[in-house]
Amino acid sequence: MAGISQYRPQKTLRGGALIGGLLADPRHYQIVVLSSLILLGTFHFAFQLPWWHVVACIGSTVATQFMAARWVGHPFDVRSPLISALSLTLLLRTGSVTLSIAAGVLAIGSKYIIRWRGKHIFNPANFGLVVMSLLFTGAWISPGQWGTAPIFALFLLGMGGIVTGKAKRWDVSLTLLASYAALIFGRALWLGDPLAIPVHQMQSGALLIFAFFMISDPKTTPDARLGRVLYAILVATIGFTIQFAFYNAAGIILALILTAPIVPLFDIFFPAGRYHWPKFHPSNPGVPHETVQIPAE
Amino acid sequence: MKLSKYLLSSTLAITALTLAPSASAFCGFYVAKADTDLFNQSSKVALVRDGDRTVITMANDYIGDPTEFAMVIPVPTVITKEQVHISDAALLDHLDAYTAPRLVEYFDDNPCNRMRYDKMMRSAPQPVMEASIGMAEPESLGVTIEESFSVGEYDILILSAKESDGLQVWLETNGYRVPAKAKKTLGSYIKQDMKFFVAKVNLEEKAKQGGEMLRPIAVAYESPKFMLPIRLGTVNADGDQDLFVYTLTKNGKVETTNYRTQKIPSNKELPIYIKDDFGDFYKDMYKTSANRQGGHGVFMEYAWDMNWCDPCAADPLSNDQLKELGVFWLDEGQGDQPTPRRMRPKQMAKNVYVTRLHVRYDAESFPEDLKFKMTGDRQNFQGRYILRHAFDGEMDCPEAKKYKEQVNARKETEIKTLANLTGWETKYIRTKIKASGKGELFELDSPKKKADWWNKIWPGDD
Repeated sequence: MAGISQYRPQKTLRGGALIGGLLADPRHYQIVVLSSLILLGTFHFAFQLPWWHVVACIGSTVATQFMAARWVGHPFDVRSPLISALSLTLLLRTGSVTLSIAAGVLAIGSKYIIRWRGKHIFNPANFGLVVMSLLFTGAWISPGQWGTAPIFALFLLGMGGIVTGKAKRWDVSLTLLASYAALIFGRALWLGDPLAIPVHQMQSGALLIFAFFMISDPKTTPDARLGRVLYAILVATIGFTIQFAFYNAAGIILALILTAPIVPLFDIFFPAGRYHWPKFHPSNPGVPHETVQIPAE
Repeated sequence: MKLSKYLLSSTLAITALTLAPSASAFCGFYVAKADTDLFNQSSKVALVRDGDRTVITMANDYIGDPTEFAMVIPVPTVITKEQVHISDAALLDHLDAYTAPRLVEYFDDNPCNRMRYDKMMRSAPQPVMEASIGMAEPESLGVTIEESFSVGEYDILILSAKESDGLQVWLETNGYRVPAKAKKTLGSYIKQDMKFFVAKVNLEEKAKQGGEMLRPIAVAYESPKFMLPIRLGTVNADGDQDLFVYTLTKNGKVETTNYRTQKIPSNKELPIYIKDDFGDFYKDMYKTSANRQGGHGVFMEYAWDMNWCDPCAADPLSNDQLKELGVFWLDEGQGDQPTPRRMRPKQMAKNVYVTRLHVRYDAESFPEDLKFKMTGDRQNFQGRYILRHAFDGEMDCPEAKKYKEQVNARKETEIKTLANLTGWETKYIRTKIKASGKGELFELDSPKKKADWWNKIWPGDD
């Protein structure tokens, strides 16, 4: 016993530093949260999500990233394609594993092919998701799959807050939710609907997942905070319009892909340092993380 | 004259189909089904949809004075006479029977001798329901009558209004009792550019047509809105309402986008006596499932390719029946095929996929109208419950004892499953089993000692 307790402080210290180092990168949080959501969806909400779909989708995004990274001569990092695959499996429903794989290839492929001013235009998962669901009847977005359980909504809020707070992009998430809420409540007031209706609409699990895990991607949002806030308002407005004027329940997800091409304009009007993922070396976990901001171009 | 509003909600009863007895099938021998008439305060709607085209068939089970009957339904577009059709209640009954949750049974072989006993049960036809009618005269008061026509026994008006006050006054002066609370809801629909489909019964026509039932009304329209208005129906309803939505699409399952669609528990093995209590079982199981979601929810009870079924609670609908329900794409690019009979899967592409959603709702838990989405999901699903009969003949071999022990253990599990699904107490279930005399435990020659491992350590102890 004594031996163990003597040894422990050192171990904890090193372990703590390791955990701290791991937590420094927002992508690690995101991977943990998205994986938990997949488990929750599969076991609690009975999604039809066979494990091999998850594996196939991860395999396709990671393989595409690997090949693309070699092609452009960048170092390969497994985390971003993993996040794209997890987002895709969370939001894209399909009975065909081929479509799952295709979505992964499309998502990562778009990241390397559709670029401007050194930034990729589309959120990879969003791109794969929308293109697949528009092209194939066998793939679709299921906005109702999470239901509207308020407790679950709170859970997502909390978890999502951590993730996006770490990514310094909580401003996008909160602006999007606030402006969407303003539109929804405004509509209810105009229609004379009871407030239960907008409250019900805001509790949509799909909306919260979108706000915290998709639009908050620091790589595809505008660089400057003001730009991001305006961008989030724009996405909310277009998403709201698609949902209520064109009756497509996946409006907000479509709004992101529609507005992504004008993000570079926001960067021109509101220039700011570009976001880079924190540097983390497992061999040197004691170093506190830093978010490197280097000027664009 | 006083007319009570009869909105898209109320009771039903139905089903007078002689069911085709099914032969031995992969999914078990068909025994019985859980009809929608188990559920009071329920309505049935068939929704045929492809692209923006929708054909909705609404079944009435209104019982009462015909002059008291009136129905006000918000619709997305103006509806003309050609878009309305009087349908046949038997169609919806057939669709209901085809998609109903089903009970199947299997019979164990003699463990001593692998001989098969084919026994079959079939369910008896159910009684028919009745309904009646009413009518009033239209008159304008700040409300535009877009269309006014009669179809079958119904006098139909399509109204549009600029604001809810005018509409409410109009409805009230025309004898509709509009609950005060409905005014806001009407206003909301007006602002969403919905029209109002108002139907009453033309007594003369009704007399000519004879019969007591009100026939279902089918309406065809084109609109991107894929939804069912339920809000007016919840304004004045006390308690829960049950709605059965049968969707017929080309691609696959339909789900709700603003509420979570979940599957009803299925493929559960139950005690044998449930054969006589299947209705009670299903009702309580549904209730228990809904209670686990706060008392309400959207449950998928059936989703299947219309070409076949296994086991069949009723034959798949024929092409003629489907056309009558409004499936408008049947003739597209294929010759007419004879209707598949019985349960054999036939790959003669009749491109129709049916989803049966059973919604239990009230105003509080379902504040919004139901919004739907077509998915590409064609994975078949059915509410199916299984009875496994133990072999009850002479068994004279060493395997028999082990078999009996296994059966007893199985029956214990079935009791637990049943208790879990329905919320019934196991004590109550055991009493019922005893009273029914069906599916009781085997009596084992020597009362079996608990076979825990510690019993084996000191076998001499008592």
